[in-house]
Amino acid sequence: MPTVIFIEPDGAEYPIAVKSGTTARDAAVNNGVPGIDGDCGGECACATCHVHVDAAWMSRAGMAEPGGMEANLLQFAEGSTENSRLACQITMTDDLDGLMLRIPDGQH
Amino acid sequence: MTTDTLTRDPASTVPLSQMDVSDPKLFQSDTIGSYFTRLRREDPVHYCPESAYGPYWSVTKFNDIMQVEVNHQTFSSESKLGGITLQDMQSGEASLELEMFIAMDPPKHDAQRKAVSPAVAPSNLVLLEPIIRERAGFILDSLPVGEEIDWVDRVSIELTTMTLATLFDFPWEERRKLTRWSDVATATPETGVVSSFEQRREELLDCAQYFKGLWDKRANEPPKPDLISMMVHSPATRDMPYLEFLGNLILLIVGGNDTTRNSISGGVLALNQNPAEYRKLMADPGLIPKMIPEIIRWQTPLTHMRRTALMDAEIGGKKIRKGDKVVMWYLSGNRDDEVIDRPNEFIIDRPNSRHHLSFGFGVHRCMGNRVAELQLRIIWEEILKRFSKVEVVGAPERTLSNFIRGFTRLPVKLRGH
Repeated sequence: MPTVIFIEPDGAEYPIAVKSGTTARDAAVNNGVPGIDGDCGGECACATCHVHVDAAWMSRAGMAEPGGMEANLLQFAEGSTENSRLACQITMTDDLDGLMLRIPDGQH
Repeated sequence: MTTDTLTRDPASTVPLSQMDVSDPKLFQSDTIGSYFTRLRREDPVHYCPESAYGPYWSVTKFNDIMQVEVNHQTFSSESKLGGITLQDMQSGEASLELEMFIAMDPPKHDAQRKAVSPAVAPSNLVLLEPIIRERAGFILDSLPVGEEIDWVDRVSIELTTMTLATLFDFPWEERRKLTRWSDVATATPETGVVSSFEQRREELLDCAQYFKGLWDKRANEPPKPDLISMMVHSPATRDMPYLEFLGNLILLIVGGNDTTRNSISGGVLALNQNPAEYRKLMADPGLIPKMIPEIIRWQTPLTHMRRTALMDAEIGGKKIRKGDKVVMWYLSGNRDDEVIDRPNEFIIDRPNSRHHLSFGFGVHRCMGNRVAELQLRIIWEEILKRFSKVEVVGAPERTLSNFIRGFTRLPVKLRGH
């Protein structure tokens, strides 16, 4: 079971072990991680699961595809950077075990 | 309900081929629900060949609506094609050819939205929260306990207007102008708000003139975090043509006014109609943050958004042709039992209460959703501190509109602790 670690703006860490194939959004929502609302249900349609991928993980967690829906939505999210992803578009695999995702300040 | 009234209910007897859900009176009388229930069951993507607004498709189920929302390449919001409401935006001789980013497609939409969205972004709202709370407290403290008052006028309109005036840094004493312009912008002569389209046009031009004055003032000042200053100083918006300037202003005024106002009133009514839920809330004010999305789902202050098909497409097995008008009925999708458990019940601690359609989805998702939630949360926190009950003491009066789902009057009496 790969673990995804959510890091709150205040530094608090939420490590969550999930079955391979689970999205990071579901890992957060199903375990009550504050700041990840995921209003649309994980359909890449609302940008309420915005995270910053830790720099060390960028090559493995990937970037939002330019011009795609994820990038379209991220452009309107506050504090969006080139490390920004929507957690619903990151599917956990063993390869991503230990992935660190930072929750932007004021997602609420 | 008896079998007799069921059989006589036009919602269940009208042939599907003649079913037209666009009549504003069905919304004013709050009888539209049974029409949507039937459509979801018998014809979830429904074609109406003839209506006061021309032919249109009704998309009534949650997941079908979602499919239209996220496919902006096929389903356009462009004002020149009719825009985002059942009523075409640029129709009628006295209409103004307004342009606003809600009725644009990417990429122009994206640039303009990005210019103003920081005003309602979470980091700016943190600064706004204490101001809104102070004003909410001021409004509530000025109300008489035990006397009949109109909640719509005294609280719902007052709070949302104050918040909007704050976001615009609008001259304080003249803030009710914002309320008036918001009402006028969505009005047709049949509503009585204006007597003619000419009058509507005149008042909206007054609005533009007034804002032009504020605009010129801001242009000569350093940038500030209010909506006008942001538009003045952003390269994406500072050179907007006049009708685009007016259009975007009206978008922000209506978006900030006519929606949250009605969720504030709708919440009071829903809690009165569901006394067990009101008791649950009084016993545990910590439920407020969970209750707010449920109020917004329950009220669905905008009944629909409309798109125009740019190419042939399929929704729910129906063939949509290029040029067709497609209406996504949020009010119906928010009562879809395939996605929402017990959708016809108002449940303040509903699990997953944020999964509703009231803000829309995709690139046009409501920009001010966090301001709306913030105002609702604050007003309820402040109400609970002061009153044991906001008691509805007469029949609510509802807005005559197939777009705005709201109230023009809600008589209440306040009970102290």
